[in-house]
Amino acid sequence: MTLVKKPRYIIEDKCTGCTTCVKYCPVTYPDQFNQELSENKAVHIYFSQAIPLVAYIDQSCLYLKEKKCLICESVCKADAIDFSQKEEKLEINVGAIILSVGFEPYNPALKHEYGFGRMANVITSMDFERLLSSTGPHAGEVRRSSDQKHPKKIAWIQCIGSRRVTPGDNSYCSAVCCTYTQKQVILTKDHDASAECTVFHNDIRSYGKDFERYYQRAEKLSDVRFFRSYASIVREDPQTKNVFIRYATNGDGVVEEEFDLVVLSVGLNPPANVKELASKFGVALNGHNFCDIKSTNPIETSRKGVYVSGGFQGPTDIPESVFSASGAGAQCGQQLSYRRGQLSEARVYPPERDVAGEEPRVGVFVCHCGANIGSVVNVPSVVDYALTLPNVVYAQEQLFSCATNSAMQISEIIKERGLNRVVVAACSPRTLEPLFRDTLLEAGLNQYYFEMANIREHNSWVHSKEKEEATDKAKDIVRMSVARSCLLAPLQEFDLPVNKTALVVGGGVAGMTCALSIAQQGCEVHLLEKEKTLGGNARRISHALDGMDVQKFVRDTIKAVYQDPRIKVYHEATILDVAGYVGNFVTTVRSEKGLSEIKHGAGVIATGAAEYKPTEYLYGQSGRVMTQLELEEKISAQDEAVLAAQTVVMIQCVGCRQEDRNYCARICCGHAIKNALKLKEVNPGADIHVLFRDMRTYGFSEDYYREASNQDVKFIRYDVDGKPTVELGDEGEGGPVKVGVRDQILGMELGIDADLLVLSAAIIPAESTQEVAGLFKVTLNPDGFFKEAHAKLKPVEFSIDGMYLCGMAQYPKTIAESISQAYGAAGRVLTLLSKDTVVASGAVCEVLENNCVSCGACITACTYNAIEFHQTPQGRKARVNPILCKGDGLCNTKCPTGAIYLKHFTDEEIESQIDAAPGPGVLAL
Amino acid sequence: MRLIRVMCSGRVDLEFILRAFANGQDGVFIGGCRLGECNYVTHGNFDALGNTLLAKMILTQIGVNPERLRIQFMNASDGILLAESINSFAKTIRELGPLGKGEGLDIGLMRLKLEAAKKLVPYLRLVERERLRLPEKSEEKYRKFYGSGEMRTLFDQLIVEKLAMAQIMLLLKESPLSTGEIAEKLSLKPSEVSNYMNVSSMHGLVAYDSAEKRFHLA
Repeated sequence: MTLVKKPRYIIEDKCTGCTTCVKYCPVTYPDQFNQELSENKAVHIYFSQAIPLVAYIDQSCLYLKEKKCLICESVCKADAIDFSQKEEKLEINVGAIILSVGFEPYNPALKHEYGFGRMANVITSMDFERLLSSTGPHAGEVRRSSDQKHPKKIAWIQCIGSRRVTPGDNSYCSAVCCTYTQKQVILTKDHDASAECTVFHNDIRSYGKDFERYYQRAEKLSDVRFFRSYASIVREDPQTKNVFIRYATNGDGVVEEEFDLVVLSVGLNPPANVKELASKFGVALNGHNFCDIKSTNPIETSRKGVYVSGGFQGPTDIPESVFSASGAGAQCGQQLSYRRGQLSEARVYPPERDVAGEEPRVGVFVCHCGANIGSVVNVPSVVDYALTLPNVVYAQEQLFSCATNSAMQISEIIKERGLNRVVVAACSPRTLEPLFRDTLLEAGLNQYYFEMANIREHNSWVHSKEKEEATDKAKDIVRMSVARSCLLAPLQEFDLPVNKTALVVGGGVAGMTCALSIAQQGCEVHLLEKEKTLGGNARRISHALDGMDVQKFVRDTIKAVYQDPRIKVYHEATILDVAGYVGNFVTTVRSEKGLSEIKHGAGVIATGAAEYKPTEYLYGQSGRVMTQLELEEKISAQDEAVLAAQTVVMIQCVGCRQEDRNYCARICCGHAIKNALKLKEVNPGADIHVLFRDMRTYGFSEDYYREASNQDVKFIRYDVDGKPTVELGDEGEGGPVKVGVRDQILGMELGIDADLLVLSAAIIPAESTQEVAGLFKVTLNPDGFFKEAHAKLKPVEFSIDGMYLCGMAQYPKTIAESISQAYGAAGRVLTLLSKDTVVASGAVCEVLENNCVSCGACITACTYNAIEFHQTPQGRKARVNPILCKGDGLCNTKCPTGAIYLKHFTDEEIESQIDAAPGPGVLAL
Repeated sequence: MRLIRVMCSGRVDLEFILRAFANGQDGVFIGGCRLGECNYVTHGNFDALGNTLLAKMILTQIGVNPERLRIQFMNASDGILLAESINSFAKTIRELGPLGKGEGLDIGLMRLKLEAAKKLVPYLRLVERERLRLPEKSEEKYRKFYGSGEMRTLFDQLIVEKLAMAQIMLLLKESPLSTGEIAEKLSLKPSEVSNYMNVSSMHGLVAYDSAEKRFHLA
C-alpha cells in the first residue's frame, strides 16, 4: 500500500517534547483537541498523552504562510525544527490491514432545531467532555462560553441524532450516550456539588457490565433528575443567554424550563469520508454507512485480509473496541503466523560487571532539558554541589540527557570512570527510566544501579519564579537520590520459559472460537467441555436477531475444532487442581479420557452463563408460561400450540434489574424482539404485547425494535414498583393466563388473556463459576460474573498473569459479541505464547527466613497469592514466589519483624532518602 | 516539599512517617491512588489511610498537631488536585509554624517521644492486624471507626501505656531517674509512673538502685 506522510516540520528523533517552542511561538490558533474551545499555538503537541510525545507545526504557522518568524528554530536547543520537510510517499508491503478508523461525533449544527451554533450555551457532549478534563480549555473548570461563568443548572438531552428516522438523524441507537451522560453528571457533581443536573432521556440503556449500578449512582445524587420525555430547545434569553427547554410531564402537561447550559448528547456517526475510505480499501458498507460485518465474525470485512475493529464496526464502547482490536490482531496472526517474529531483532548486551565488593562510585548527570530545567535551576551549581557529596566521583551537565548521544556518553563514562551507580537528575522516571536502565546495561552495569532524581516535574516546573530556591531544592533532590543510590543492590530480572500451549475452559461458541484462533496461530490448545458435546448455549438458538444461522455456525465450528490436529478436546471434563503460574500452569482434569495432567502457558475461561429459571409469573405451574429460550426452541420445533397462539405477552427483566440481581442481562430485549418478529412471520395476525421497563435494543438492533413496532407489536412500559400480575385463567393450568399491567400512558389497568406468556429471564453466572474461580484464583464481580483485570484497559485479561476470559462468563452478551471477545482473548493469549520467555521484575519481595516468625501477616496482605508458607529445618517460613509478586510492598508494612522486604524499595533505601531530606520542611511519600 | 517515590501508598510504613517527624520535618504528605481505584489489586491505599489515621492519634498523644500529616487520594490525571492539595497543605504547615514550636512543646522531649513511638512500630503492626483491621474497604467506615469511642478505648488500652513505657526507657537510657522525676519530665501522674515501673521491673527491663533512689536500665 502507498502512504502519504505529511510533514510535521519537526525531526521526531531529535524533539524531546520539552515544549519550549510552544512557549515562544507567536501564533495562536483554535485548539483542535479541545474542540476549539481554547487556543493553542501553531507549533504544539496534539495532546498531553500523544504518541510520539513530540511537537508538530500546523498550517497556521507564519513561516509556512509568509516565510517569516522562525522563532521556534532559534529557541529549539535540540535542533529539531526542520522546515525543509516535504510530503513523503511511502510504499510498504503488508500482509493484512486493520481498519480502526473510529467514528465521527454527530454534528448537531446540521439541524436547526438543536440550537447548536445558534445559541452560545448549547454545546455538544464532546465539548462538555473537554470542559470537564483537567487538560481541557479551562484546566478542568466548567465554564460556559457566553460569560465564562460556572453554570449551575445544566440539562442534557439524549439521543441527539440517534433513534430518529427524521432526515439528518440516524435511526440506530448510538449505544454509548446513556452511560457517558451519567459519567458527565457524576463528574459535574464532583466539580461542583451544588450543580443541578437534569437529563432528558428516552429509554435508559445501561446494558453494559456494572452499568445499572452506575446509573443508580448518578441518579441518586442530590439535585440530579432523570426525566423521561422528549425535550426541545425553544429559545435563549437575549440577556442572560440562558436556554429554555420544553418538555412533557406526567402531571403538569408541557412545561418550559430555563437552564444555564444545555449539553446535547450527540450520537456516533460513521467516520468522515467513509465512502471514499471504503472504496479505497475495497470493503463494503452497511445501510448505515458503517463497515459491513457479519455476526459469525464481526472483525472480518467483505475483503479478505482487511479487518475492522472499534467504532467503524458500528456504535461501540471502549471495552468492546479494545477486545475487537485484540481480536483483529489475532486474525492477522492467523493469516500471517508463518511470518511471526521475522521483523524483530534481539538486543545483545555486554556481560554484567560484578561490583558487589566495590565501594559505591556514583556518577551524577544533571540535565538542562533545554530550557525546562536550565532556565530555572542553576545547573552548573548543582553539578558542583553533587561533586561534594559522599561517594560521588563524577558529575556533569547535559543539554538533554535523553538524547541518543547523551545516553551513549553516559554509557562511555560509566566504563571510563568505573562508575557503579548512576544518578540522572532530569525528569520523571515514568517515561525515561527504562531508557537509562538500558544505558546501564549497555555499559555492563546492573540496571537497578540506576536512580532518577526528578528536578523537572518536582522542581523547575513548579518553581519557575523562585530560581534560587529551585536550585537549592535541586541540590536536595540530588542529595536524596545519591544517598539512595549508594544502597541500591543489583537485581536480576529472570526469564521464565513459556509453555506454548493454551487451556481453554468451556466448549461453547466463545471457547471454541478462541481455541480455533489460538490453534490457527500455531499453538496447541486443550479444550475442556463439561458436557458430552460441544456447543454450549448456542445449541438452543436457531437464529440471531440479524438472521445469522446459529445452528449452521455451531455445526461448522464444532467440525473445525475436531478437525484441527492442534486442538485436543476433553468432554465431560472437571478440573481437580490448578498449580503453577504464567507460562507454566499445570491443570489436573478428569474427563472421558480419564485423569490428565495438562501443562499450559496460558488459560482462558469461557464457561458461559445460564438462563435464570423463573420462580415468578406462574412459571412451571402453567404450560402456557415459558422463557424466551424455551419459546425459541418450540418455534424451531414447529410446536403447533406456539405457532397458533393468537395473544402473546412477553415480560422483560424477569429476575434482574431488581435488588437481588442488580444488573441488566443485556441480551433479553433483543431476544424478545427476535422471537416476536418470528411469531409475526408465521402468524401475522398474532397480537403480541411486550411489557418492558426500558427497551435496550442498543446499536443497530434498534432497527429491529422499530420493525417490530411497525408490525404492530405493542410495547407497554411498567415500573419496577408496578410489576405485571399473572394468574391462571378460567380454564386453569392448561388454559390462557390472565396478565395485568398498568399502562402508564393511558393511565389505566390493562387485562390481557394470554395464550402464551413468555418471560425474558435474566442471564445468570454458570453453575461452575465459583468453583472455577477458586481453582484459578481469579475474582468475581458482585453479580457473580468473572471479573476482568480492568473494564477498559484489560477487558479480556484477569489480574492473574497468564489467565484470560471471554464470552458470557464475563457478562451476558450476544453471539457476535462473544465471538469478537473470543478472538480478543486469543490475541492476548498469543501475545504471551508467542514469546519464548516472560521477564519477571527484579523489584519484588523476599523473606529473610531467620527473621520470619511465621505469623502470616504478609500472606493475608497479599491479594496476589504470591506468598506461601513452606517447611524449613527451622520450621514454617513464609516464601515469596517472585513471579507472582507485583512489587507493591504492602506486606512490608504488615511484617512485625521486618523479615519481608521489597527489593529496590527497602526500608534502608527509603529511610536513607528520608534522612537525607533537608529538615525542617515537608516530606511527601 | 521533597518527594520520595514508593510504588504503592500501602508501602508507606508508620516508621517512615514517624522517622520524618523525628528528623524534624514540619509535615508529611502521603499521596495514593483514589480509593477503590487501586493500581494493583491489593487496595493498599486503604492500609495507608488506616496507618495515617493511627499515626494522627499517636501524634496527638505526643502533642504534635495531627494536621501535620495529610493523605490525599488522586489518580495520575489529577494534576490540579495534586497542586491544590499540596498548596493548601503547605499553607496549613506554614500556619502551624515549625514542628513542636508551633505546638509549644519542649523540642528535645518531643523528639524523644517520636523516637519512642518509632520503637513501637513492630508492636503497632500487631495491634493493627489483631484489632484494627476493618472487614469493609470504605473510606466512610475507616474514618468512622478511627474516630469512634471504640477506637479511642482500644488506643487507650493498647497503645497509650506502651508509648509511655517506651518514653521512660529512652529517658532512663540517658540517666537514672526517680519516679517523681520521670513523672515531671513526661507530665504523668507519679502513681501511673510507679505502676509502669513495677511492671518494667517485673519484666526485668529496669532496676531500682535503693542507694541512689533511682531507676536505671537493667
